[in-house]
Amino acid sequence: MKVILSVMALLLALAACERTQTAPSARKPDAEPWVGAATPFTAPGWKPGDQASWESQIRNRAASQNEYASHARPRE
Amino acid sequence: MARMKFICDSERCIECNGCVTACKSEHDIPWGVNRRRVVTLNDGQPGERSISVACMHCSDAPCMAVCPVDCFYRTEEGVVLHDKDVCIGCGYCSYACPFGAPQFPSTGTFGMRGKMDKCTFCAGGPEANGSQAEFEKYGRNRLSEGKLPACAEMCSTKALLGGDGDEVADIFRTRVLSRGKSSEVWGWGTAYGKPTSGAPKPEEKATKS
Repeated sequence: MKVILSVMALLLALAACERTQTAPSARKPDAEPWVGAATPFTAPGWKPGDQASWESQIRNRAASQNEYASHARPRE
Repeated sequence: MARMKFICDSERCIECNGCVTACKSEHDIPWGVNRRRVVTLNDGQPGERSISVACMHCSDAPCMAVCPVDCFYRTEEGVVLHDKDVCIGCGYCSYACPFGAPQFPSTGTFGMRGKMDKCTFCAGGPEANGSQAEFEKYGRNRLSEGKLPACAEMCSTKALLGGDGDEVADIFRTRVLSRGKSSEVWGWGTAYGKPTSGAPKPEEKATKS
């Protein structure tokens, strides 16, 4: 009985030594959208690299979909 | 900034497929791949309804959960994207997705079952913003140009709304209140919070427009 318990305890202890079987992801990191893009199609009204101005631009752009609101403005 | 979201207003969608065309044109999507499509319920019967469906950029995305190679990631803006260089085209994501968003081109890498392609909320992928490599793999990156998805911005009836979740929820809330409906709309409280919060009352706006 003592031997069996010892073997079980040993197995339990060894189980904790198992290496993780999850490989790290090979995904590439992505750049933030507010950094801007090197294209001639960037919309006017914001400054690439400035997160606050990008967020403001995106909010205004979304608000322009609301024809009920007085602050809705046509897209540039 | 809140999470980027799409909302399709079934009371306004006229099944014109302008969103589908805008998406295909903007990203040069190959034949047989539809990142976005219009689904019509009770077609031809009085009261039929259409909605435009694509990747909904789920907050707890099942595609991310089942991907065996962990190719998905979520941006700070809540857009669910994936790295095609890591994707093995197994198709698990298409079984997991409740919206049928993942698409598999019949040409290119892996032949008849290519690497997965889906709506990117016009946010491209992990390649450099606005680069040719990004365009060829994922299409245009309109967010990095300070624009919203082409499908939503092209929608002629503004049925499809896209952008900051708080903003589009406010727009939709205003519309529903203007129609004389409120919390009896199914799922209202869950999706949009209290009907009285957020946007100004529709009567005030009606006088200004």
